[in-house]
Amino acid sequence: MGRFILRRLGYAVLSLWIVVTFTFILMNAVPGGPFTTAKMTPQVKAMLLRKYNLDRPLWEQYVTLLKDLIRLDLGVSLYERGRSVNSIVSSCFPVSALLGAEALTTAVALGIALGIVAALYRGKGLDYVAITIAVIGASVPNFVVAAVLQCVVGGMWRILPIARWGGPATHVLPAIALGFATTAGLSRLMRSSMLEVINQDYVRTARAKGLTPTQITWRHMIRNAILPVVTVLGPTIAIIMTGTLVVERMFAIPGLGRYYVESIYNRDYTVIMGTTVFYVAFLLLMTFLVDVLYGLIDPRIRIAGRRGD
Amino acid sequence: MIPGSGSRRWTYMADPKSDSRLLEIQDLQISFHTYAGEVHAVRGVSLSVEKSGSLAIVGESGCGKTVTMQAVMKLTPIPPGEIKSGSIVFNGRELIHLSDRDMQSVRGKDIGMIFQDPMTGLNPTMTVGVQIAETLVRHRRMGKAEAWEKAVEMLELVEIPQASLRASQYPHQFSGGMRQRAMIAIALACDPHLIIADEPTTSLDVTIQAQILELLQNLQNRLGMTIILITHNLGVVARIARHISVMYAGKVVETGTAEQVFHNSAHPYTRALLRSVPRLDLPTRTDLESIPGTPPDLFVPPPGCAFAARCKSAMQVCLEHDAGPYRVGDNHRVSCWLWDDRNPHRSDLFLRNGGIDL
Amino acid sequence: MMDIKPQQFNPVMLGSAEGEAITRPPVGYWQDAWMRFRKNKLAMTGLIVLAVMTLFAVLGPLISAWDYRSYEFGHANEFPNARHWLGTDYLGRDMFTRLGQGTRISVYIAIMSALINLAIGVTYGGISGYFGGAVDDVMMRTVDILIGIPYLLIVIILLTVMEPGLTSIIVAMTITGWAGMARLVRGQILQLREMEYVLAARLVGASPRRIIARHLIPNTMGVILVSLTANIPGAIFTEAFLSFIGLGVRTPLASLGTLANEGYQTLLVYPHNLVIPGVFISFLIMAFNFVGDGLRDALDPRLRQ
Repeated sequence: MGRFILRRLGYAVLSLWIVVTFTFILMNAVPGGPFTTAKMTPQVKAMLLRKYNLDRPLWEQYVTLLKDLIRLDLGVSLYERGRSVNSIVSSCFPVSALLGAEALTTAVALGIALGIVAALYRGKGLDYVAITIAVIGASVPNFVVAAVLQCVVGGMWRILPIARWGGPATHVLPAIALGFATTAGLSRLMRSSMLEVINQDYVRTARAKGLTPTQITWRHMIRNAILPVVTVLGPTIAIIMTGTLVVERMFAIPGLGRYYVESIYNRDYTVIMGTTVFYVAFLLLMTFLVDVLYGLIDPRIRIAGRRGD
Repeated sequence: MIPGSGSRRWTYMADPKSDSRLLEIQDLQISFHTYAGEVHAVRGVSLSVEKSGSLAIVGESGCGKTVTMQAVMKLTPIPPGEIKSGSIVFNGRELIHLSDRDMQSVRGKDIGMIFQDPMTGLNPTMTVGVQIAETLVRHRRMGKAEAWEKAVEMLELVEIPQASLRASQYPHQFSGGMRQRAMIAIALACDPHLIIADEPTTSLDVTIQAQILELLQNLQNRLGMTIILITHNLGVVARIARHISVMYAGKVVETGTAEQVFHNSAHPYTRALLRSVPRLDLPTRTDLESIPGTPPDLFVPPPGCAFAARCKSAMQVCLEHDAGPYRVGDNHRVSCWLWDDRNPHRSDLFLRNGGIDL
Repeated sequence: MMDIKPQQFNPVMLGSAEGEAITRPPVGYWQDAWMRFRKNKLAMTGLIVLAVMTLFAVLGPLISAWDYRSYEFGHANEFPNARHWLGTDYLGRDMFTRLGQGTRISVYIAIMSALINLAIGVTYGGISGYFGGAVDDVMMRTVDILIGIPYLLIVIILLTVMEPGLTSIIVAMTITGWAGMARLVRGQILQLREMEYVLAARLVGASPRRIIARHLIPNTMGVILVSLTANIPGAIFTEAFLSFIGLGVRTPLASLGTLANEGYQTLLVYPHNLVIPGVFISFLIMAFNFVGDGLRDALDPRLRQ
């Protein structure tokens, strides 16, 4: 187990470094560089370049970047002069994290429940409902869901606010839009996982023992069917995170996603760089934690097999 | 006995010995509906086992032996499967029409089943001890602690060393042979009247096979339990069973005591099976015998005897009609036209002392 | 009791062929798969939807009186009417044509990127799986790392620096997108490599390239096909998503995602400008998913009956 952890950690750091290098190369491959569109005299421009160390040779900039990152300094915004990326992240990320967490928890709970129900009542009405939701969720992009929700629930029915971030009511629509695809995907996964488990020999053994259907469902089926869902949590978090880019913009939520998209429009390269690094690091951390979690839950990984007869 | 024109057809009617029969299956018919058609897996199977007896059901893969026994436990998957007709009487009780709810009290408690593949038959996320204990909690209403102690006892019963340590372990920490022992422990936990073992040794190494069989034999002797063993391996049969039913293509073709079936086999299929077992006492370079051909496709079962296409003694009537069971000796019955009274060649049979090559 | 004559007890000489007679005609693997696919209602529906949309994409802009860029200021934001069958957008451009064009572009991008991912992935995975050993190790570690890097972020960063356009988005989507396919193919190859007929081919002296091409790849076809059809819906979504943020295809040449973005501007007043492209995108993804699932079920040898 220990080696497993170390290896995953090693991979994560390696991935992060690759992304950092890759992004750095890209940012500097762009002709023109920053400040080209801004109107300023050459002297001012030279001063700014010097201030941000952008007039140094590339490799020196690279080394400085790495050193900064190790010290967890994500740089300074070019667009919003003087504001550090760290401060941007620390003020915007908690909003995104909250929204993401809300979306994730509801999506996971609903998705799993729907999947279990669909598998148990296979072929009957509930199964079709679950499958329909799963199909819609898998096909309709999150921005379309968000738009429809805004238009119908916010615009036509006026039950919930269309945009802005504040009290609990404002969290509902964005969380739904963000988590809908996940609910659908998880329910589908859980359903097929359950169906696979239902056909397993150990379920047959459980039936032969004369256990009640409830006991069989919970202790033998769900316990095993849920394992694949845990493996998928890492990518799920990634999907929700990228979803915030679009949902925050549409609902005018002051989160990191919205800021990120704006920085792309503004060609604020340092912010793009810093936020990307932050996102990647965050995702790698999450994936790592999920892997560890899975290792803890599945006894086959937690305890190495020992033989003997 | 129903008198008929000369043939000694034996039918099950008001048999005076039926109270000592623990399980009695009569004319069971089971089909499976697949998208390619209906598979007639079991086409009229009748067999029985006495209390404290041991019956082996022998036959090649696909002959319907597992389907039959799973139907006894009502474990047949019903959407594709369908029990078309027949009767299954266990301990005087008809099981065919029993609801699933009622069957839940029979499974595990009155009848225990041991499955073929121990590698996949245990829940990987549950300790072995709990998997044994849960039957006790369910059927005997024991508390968790008491059930756990009994579970450890059961592991000792099936000769697993360090039972209390092993009980807290997970199946992946057990070897194949140990897992099978654990499966036996699960089946025995509530002291059932009947144990059905479906190919319990097929997935195991030969040396482990011998150990498991010995274990089953010991347990049978000690506990006096009734056991039905499903297998395609005649060597296994010889060790354990006192009675044998031979199945082919969804039907029972011969039934008798082990003595009778081994030494005095009446059905060409049985004889062919016996001859096909490799023997160490014959001179080397003797060709191995096998039965040419393959069992028939059960989508379209042949109108006559299913074995006719591969049988050296096949007759015209064999292709056209199915043979009913005929009496060969006390408790020895065979479904083969050779034994019909109207068969003009029949007298040769008695002279040939069971040899029926024509 | 049946009436049976003594002659019926005469022995019958049976050739060994009788015993081996298979009473059902054997069905080949691909025929069986097609049979199963056709029975799958969802898959067939998906296929029909795709056919209809392809028809629309190809014929739509051709039969329409308008082209996708010309606009009429006086006729902005019209609802569907006789002149403009699906209405107009905020600049007065005909939506019917634009949607047809948009579908073309979205599908083109999705299929192209999927195919490129396929080509790279199969080659990479095939080589890695065939040679095994250290080569395989290194190649797979690289793939593992590539898979570990968040895909969308890479795509976004690339698009930030590249010239906006069709090629850019395809390049961005295929830089790391092939990794999953490579892993899949390599796994299959590893399995197949150990099979007897490969050993037989090697004994006969076939060269590695021949073995890969003629034995391993055809048997991996099933897995590849399924993976391909699974990749496409993802590609459609990714492209739509990127275009919606403004990183993808830019106007006037528009993909469905771009159209949705434009439509969003007037969401509350003219919802159809977003809803219709959104529906198109959804149907495309749905249809490809159904077909992909149908293919997967049809080609799975274990489900063969």
